[in-house]
Parts: sequence; C-alpha cells; structure tokens
Amino acid sequence: MAVKFEKTGDGSYMLDVCGYVCPQPQMYTKKALQKLGVGDVLTVVFDNPSSGESIISMCESDGNDLFDQNNQNGTSSWKIRKGG
Amino acid sequence: MVEQTGMAAGVSERSTAVHKGARYAAAIVGAVAVGSVLAIAADTRWIYLLVYVWFGLVYGLFLQYGRFCMASAVRDLFAVGVPRMAVGVLIAVALYSLTAAAVTVAGFSTFHPNAMGWHVLIGGAIFGFGIIFTGGCASSSLYKTGEGNLGALLVVVSISFSQAVMVAAGGWLNWFVTASWTESAIAKDMPEELAVTETWFDQFLAGHIWDLKSTTVAQMLGMQDPVIAAFVGNALLSAILPTAALLIALYYLAYRKGYLRRKGIQHAGLREDVRGIWSMFTSSRNTAIAGLGLGIFAGLQMWVTGALREHYRIFNFGELLADMGYTEGLSLQYTVFEPGYWYITTQEAQWGGWVLNKLGVENMNNIFFGLDNGLPNPLINAPGFMSIGIILGAAVLALTRREFKWKVPSLETATFAIVGGILMGIGARIAMGCNIGAFFATVTNGDLSGWVFLVGMAAGGYIGVRLFNWWIDWRASRNDELAL
Repeated sequence: MAVKFEKTGDGSYMLDVCGYVCPQPQMYTKKALQKLGVGDVLTVVFDNPSSGESIISMCESDGNDLFDQNNQNGTSSWKIRKGG
Repeated sequence: MVEQTGMAAGVSERSTAVHKGARYAAAIVGAVAVGSVLAIAADTRWIYLLVYVWFGLVYGLFLQYGRFCMASAVRDLFAVGVPRMAVGVLIAVALYSLTAAAVTVAGFSTFHPNAMGWHVLIGGAIFGFGIIFTGGCASSSLYKTGEGNLGALLVVVSISFSQAVMVAAGGWLNWFVTASWTESAIAKDMPEELAVTETWFDQFLAGHIWDLKSTTVAQMLGMQDPVIAAFVGNALLSAILPTAALLIALYYLAYRKGYLRRKGIQHAGLREDVRGIWSMFTSSRNTAIAGLGLGIFAGLQMWVTGALREHYRIFNFGELLADMGYTEGLSLQYTVFEPGYWYITTQEAQWGGWVLNKLGVENMNNIFFGLDNGLPNPLINAPGFMSIGIILGAAVLALTRREFKWKVPSLETATFAIVGGILMGIGARIAMGCNIGAFFATVTNGDLSGWVFLVGMAAGGYIGVRLFNWWIDWRASRNDELAL
C-alpha cells in the first residue's frame, strides 16, 4: 500500500491514496493539483470519507472543478479539472 | 462503451451495498436492543449503564454525520487552507453553549470548571501536535473506528495506555515535580492508601492543580441571577462572542478571497461580505447540525442521569455497583468515573489502566484511579460503554451511507497512530482533558480555560502540520512513483 501518482493519458493524472487517513489524502491532492496544468484532470481514489469533505472545500476555494464523484463500498473515485 | 459497462456494474454494486449495509446497521441496533433487554431482565439497575450506551449510540450518529473532528478543524486550516471544519466546530460551540445554559438553569448540570494555568496551554500543544499524526482527535478516532478504520482503533488503544501510564508513573517523570508541589501534595493529607509522593501526576494534581483557581465568567463577574449568569455570562460572553470574533477572522483569512472569486465580485461591500459569511456557514452545515444535536443530547443525558441518581438515591454509579455486589475496581470513595454527559478520554484511561492492573501493575494507589475514577472492569464501565456506543452509532450510519470499509493501517499509518496517540494521551492528562473535556465542554459552560487549550492545540497543530508537510515532501522525493 503506497501512494501512487501517475500520468494516465494526455492531460489526465491519477492519484491513489487508498489506505491513507486524514490529513494525507487532502494534502496529497493539493500537492498533485499544483503539478497539473490548467484544464488537466486529476482522478483521486481514496477511502477515507472525511477527506472527501476537505477536498470539496479545497476545490471550491481554489477554483478547481470537481465534476465527478463516484462512491462505491467505501471507496471514492473523484475527478477534478484544474481551474485557471 | 467500456465506460458505460463500468457505470452499470457500479450502479448494481451500489444498490447491493445499500441493502447489505442497511442490514448490518439494523443488526447492530438489534443486538444493542437485545443486549439491553437481557441486562434489564438480569437486574433493572443496569438501566443506569444502558443510558450511557444509548446516548453513546446517538453521539456516534451525530459525530459521523457531521464528521465532527477537532483535528480536522485545526489541521485542514493550516495544511490545505480549508476552514470548513473549524467553522463547523465554532458554530457548534455557540449552539452547544445555549443548550448548556438551559441545562444549568434547569438545575441538572454536572459541569465543573477546570483549573486555569500554564498546564492547559502546554497539554493543549502536545495534544494538538499529536492529532496531526493520528488523523483524528479523541472523539473522531471513535467515530472513525466505527467506519471500519482500524488505524483509528489503534489511536484509541494508544491514548488508553499512554494515559494509564501517565497517571501512575513515577521514576524519571518525578524530575518534572517541583519541591513546592511535593510539599503542597503532602499537606493535603490524603488517605494513607495513596502514595501521593511517589508518582509525578499525583504531585502535579494535588500539589499544583488543586491550588489553582477555576471559575466561570458568570462567577468572575459576580452575576447573581441564574438565567443571566448562564445565558449572558457563560453562553454569550464565554462562548458566542469569542466564537463570532474567530468566525469573522476565519472569513477574512481563509474564505473571502475564494468566495469573491467564485462569485466574480471585484469590490466587495458589507452586503457581499455578509452573504459570504453566510455561504461559509452553510458549507459547514452538517458539522453545525451535529454540534447542535450533540449539545441537546448531552443536556438530555445530564437530565436523565440526574433523574436516575435521584431515583436510586445515589451520587455516583459506584454506589449502585456496590449495591449490586460489584465492589472490585471502585475508588476509595466508592465511586467510579461517570460524568453524566459526553466525555471521551478518562474512560479510555480506565480501559488501559484496567488491563495494566490485571497484568500485575499496582495502579490503584494514585489519586486518578484510586481516589477519583476507580478502575472498574470494562464490562461494568458505564462511560466506557458510551465510547463503545459512539463506535457502534457511527458504524450504523456509515453502513447505511455506504461509507463503511475495513481499513487495515499500513506500517506508516500504524506508527503515526501509536506515536500520535501516545502524545494525545500525555497532552490530555496534562491539560486535564481532551478537545471535548478541556475545550468543548469548558468554553460552552463559561470556563475560559478551554480557549487557552484551543490556543495551545492550534499552536501544536501548526507545528505538527509543518513537520507533516516536510515528511510528505521527503517521502515523495525518495519515491519515483510519486514524484509530486
């Protein structure tokens, strides 16, 4: 179990922080988003529900677009488009 | 096409999960109900303990619903610039203070103010540093355990043992004891069963803490009228006004910029700012609702417990236990710890202390266990059952919300949980409580020492976040897969 951050395609990235608890998922998400260019999409996979709330607020205040929230059996896969 | 299949599979999996999760949730409630009936059938006096179980269950529901976490409040603000939980907790403080005032006016409050002193700031800082690494505060570690997070359970275990060791240890810890503490502790003329000069905590407690002043805002201002004292002194002045000031500061420091940009506002006037503050409040709605719910039920629990005490003509559950033939683990005063409302850390210290006692450690000759709180078997520890109730209540809601998942901690998470938990236990005992006992319950009842705890906790949290940030960067720099 380790944090994985990889490029999955042109302008799309994947961050897998499953198994990690607060504050790591939100901190890794923030750091990963800083690496992305405007318009790039980051898929964050995590399984710590309370981190989701922080990610929502973080996207709101930083102007990133959280456009897809898929939650299944305690694991979440969310897509964020980096804003300008 | 591939994506569509994936989505269809996801939907069917989801509906099965709802069904299964809801069934497990119902099974938990059913099991607690059957257990309660069996306990009452054996002896109706167990109702006293069952009140703790069921209120714990309700607290667990609220905590999970609002994801009520003081660690998150401090940490997310410093780590990712998100004030959401801080705002939620502060609104909860304001709302809780009103129910606390109502409880006081009605005459069944069991609250006692904490002693004010440097120890609150130092303990708060150690506690605040610890919670960054555990990922949760004392109360959220319980609700997260209910979400299947075994790392959070490890935090609970760690807090239990570190506190149990802290209150009974001597040796090199006595290095922290000053001669005046020892002298003052001896002068208290404690029962001879206690070895007050052997452990550092007893000398700290009897020789220092007991000599400090503890008071409420209403007492300080000499407010005589009980309604004015509770609502104006202890709710408005101690909780609501400081909360309002902090909320406005949070708005300007952490929310305003993002809000104005989202709304496309260039030059904001008072009207826009009021709307912005309201928007900040509503984004923390769930936590605020949880705070209000916790406040109402904590008040209700004090009332129910008070009524039961009157019914059984007792001051403390220990007397009832003695009547029922359970005298083992009672304190010298025939008491056990039972606060009568929402509380977290002391019962955890008792769990750890009880295990150590069974392993042959002599830990009933100190003030904490021997004189005040006792060391009851966990099977008859009422507030201990409240904590178990919190875990179960959180599990019920997490299961129904499809958020339950067994999570086994990695070595890294487990290490952080244990080390952070130890620090939380140490901090909680030095400060005489955790984020609930030393902060939440105090500031909402007119005791300003809680704000000192918050300052300490925020300072410790800030340093913790800096260190954690450094740790993440260091790890990323050594791992090609991460390359953040």
